[in-house]
Amino acid sequence: MAGINIIPLFVVIPLGAAFLISLFGKFIRRFADIAAVVTSLSLLVCSFRVMMFLQNTPGKLLIYKIGGWQPPFGICLVIDGLSMFILFIISLIGFFVTVYSLAYMEKYTDKSKFFTLFSLMICGMNGAAITGDLFNLFVFLEIASIASYALVAFGTGHEELEASFKYAIMGSVASCFIFMAIAFLYGFTSTLNMADMARTLSYKQGNSFVPFVGVLFLMGFGLKSALIPFHAWLPDAHSSAPAPVSAMLSGVLIKALGVYSLIRIFFNILGATQGFLSALMFLSVVSIIIGGILSLSQWNLKRLMAYSSIGQIGYILLGIGLGTPLGIFGALFHLLNHSVMKSLLFLTAGSIDYAGGGKDLRDMSGISKSMPFTAKVNLIASMAVSGIPPFSGFFSKLIIIVACIQKGYLGYGVCAVVGSILTLSAFMKVQKFAFFGERKDGAKNIKEAPWLMRFSMAFLALFCVIGGLMLLPSIRFFISDAVQVVVKGTSYSSIILEAISK
Amino acid sequence: MINNSKSGMSLIVRTVTGLVVCFIMLFGIYIILHGHLSPGGGFAGGVMVALSFVLLVLVFGKDANATRISKNLASNLDSIGALMFLGIALLGFAQGAFFRNILGKGSHFDLFSAGTIPLSNIAIGLKVAVGLFAIFLALVILEKFKEGQ
Repeated sequence: MAGINIIPLFVVIPLGAAFLISLFGKFIRRFADIAAVVTSLSLLVCSFRVMMFLQNTPGKLLIYKIGGWQPPFGICLVIDGLSMFILFIISLIGFFVTVYSLAYMEKYTDKSKFFTLFSLMICGMNGAAITGDLFNLFVFLEIASIASYALVAFGTGHEELEASFKYAIMGSVASCFIFMAIAFLYGFTSTLNMADMARTLSYKQGNSFVPFVGVLFLMGFGLKSALIPFHAWLPDAHSSAPAPVSAMLSGVLIKALGVYSLIRIFFNILGATQGFLSALMFLSVVSIIIGGILSLSQWNLKRLMAYSSIGQIGYILLGIGLGTPLGIFGALFHLLNHSVMKSLLFLTAGSIDYAGGGKDLRDMSGISKSMPFTAKVNLIASMAVSGIPPFSGFFSKLIIIVACIQKGYLGYGVCAVVGSILTLSAFMKVQKFAFFGERKDGAKNIKEAPWLMRFSMAFLALFCVIGGLMLLPSIRFFISDAVQVVVKGTSYSSIILEAISK
Repeated sequence: MINNSKSGMSLIVRTVTGLVVCFIMLFGIYIILHGHLSPGGGFAGGVMVALSFVLLVLVFGKDANATRISKNLASNLDSIGALMFLGIALLGFAQGAFFRNILGKGSHFDLFSAGTIPLSNIAIGLKVAVGLFAIFLALVILEKFKEGQ
């Protein structure tokens, strides 16, 4: 299928696969495995195709009118640099996590249910990334969120159910805020198309309307992306979900639903005011520091990683909040790096758990002797996440800090450095207690993870090592196209409306 | 159907329910089929159809013959409903666009008009009716499980 007709496939393929798996997965052995791998691989291929197609399109903008209806009356799907960036991350991490969970989910009873929910979650995230309609964004957001509530509870133990319940309540509160904000905006502008809405807002001034809606959105998407005052659901949900789900939640979901939607709405629809940017920067610096300190004090391996996720989300939003092209570039680059390295970290935690090493750092010791591969991969990811020079995380953090200093926020830059040191010490704690030291008696029969799990971890680790090469001018377009979309701000509306009318 | 089960509610409730339940279900089906002509549609009608089954379970007890739909059948029909809807949307590719209405539109206010929209309503109605009833069945099974302990 050529050209523009590929775009709806990003929703169609995972949605169809989800229900086919739930229909045939019970009867045909291995159907769920094969369908899940084929789905995620075809999504990866599709996103490569669309990326090539987008490069060759003038204006770097693709618009698909669903059902042939003319927007703003019909729903349109929009792929620009930013959507493409998020879509590619979802497909990439989704593929490797699917391959990993082929082996990992063997120890759970119902693999076909897992892949059904997993495909629905990917469908929701893909849809949220490509839609050009605000209410459609909300619907896809709910699909992905509800699938993730169920996935967190997949182990059906006491802890999992409690975490899932907490996550479901907090997530529903977030959805309420977002829904209310969308309803207010619809009442004010009489349209749901994002571009049309931005155009209406630009000439129809309500004195305190936009800040009010902005606060509702900030609370809603802040909850979805786990900024610090809204973070309470994240450590429980991430630490009690099965490892592939934690990797998806931390690597992709909080970014696709939280950060992406926040950027899209604030920069492209409402228009980012200085007040909003200052609030965002303050919250993200608080996230960096408190997330770092809290992660340092954890003894549960996955909980430690979950708190570190809060800190890293702080880096991303700090860069966004600076509002300068360099800051946004650093933020998006860090978003890409963090989704790779945090998924990798959760996957290594999963393979330790799979091999029988447990979850508590105090119970494990000397694992590097029994699981040399996992230990090496975890070391790479830990150094990347704490920003040691040759690895990918260093470059993105450096860009964010330089952008802070350039804009004159010296204090925030210092906080970012301190947060980096806190992350480093937290992950050195993991290295010391989990991988080095004397091997305990119970740990003698721990074996290395199966090859499917090692395959995924190896590729993600490879990206952590060579991720800095993304800064080379020939492949930098991938990030800088996304930055262009954010920097253009509310002129997004005129660009899209012009492209629609053609 | 009325007398074959000892559990459930009193004779008056059973008799009245036996009389009205067909009409409730029929009204649900009417709402689904007229979704493109009058207010309502697949979701609202599907909820009514599901509630008619729920009413039977409540009144005649969970072992009554009329409500012996297994959880597997319900979840399979649920998936089929979703796939039907997706299939109708994909048919639009035959004329170049996802979700395009490819069938003849007919004349206004006819039952057989509006192309693929009544078909989509039927698919959604099936999905909602069976999905809601499956949720109810899951809760009933949980109740049985608690009694068993």
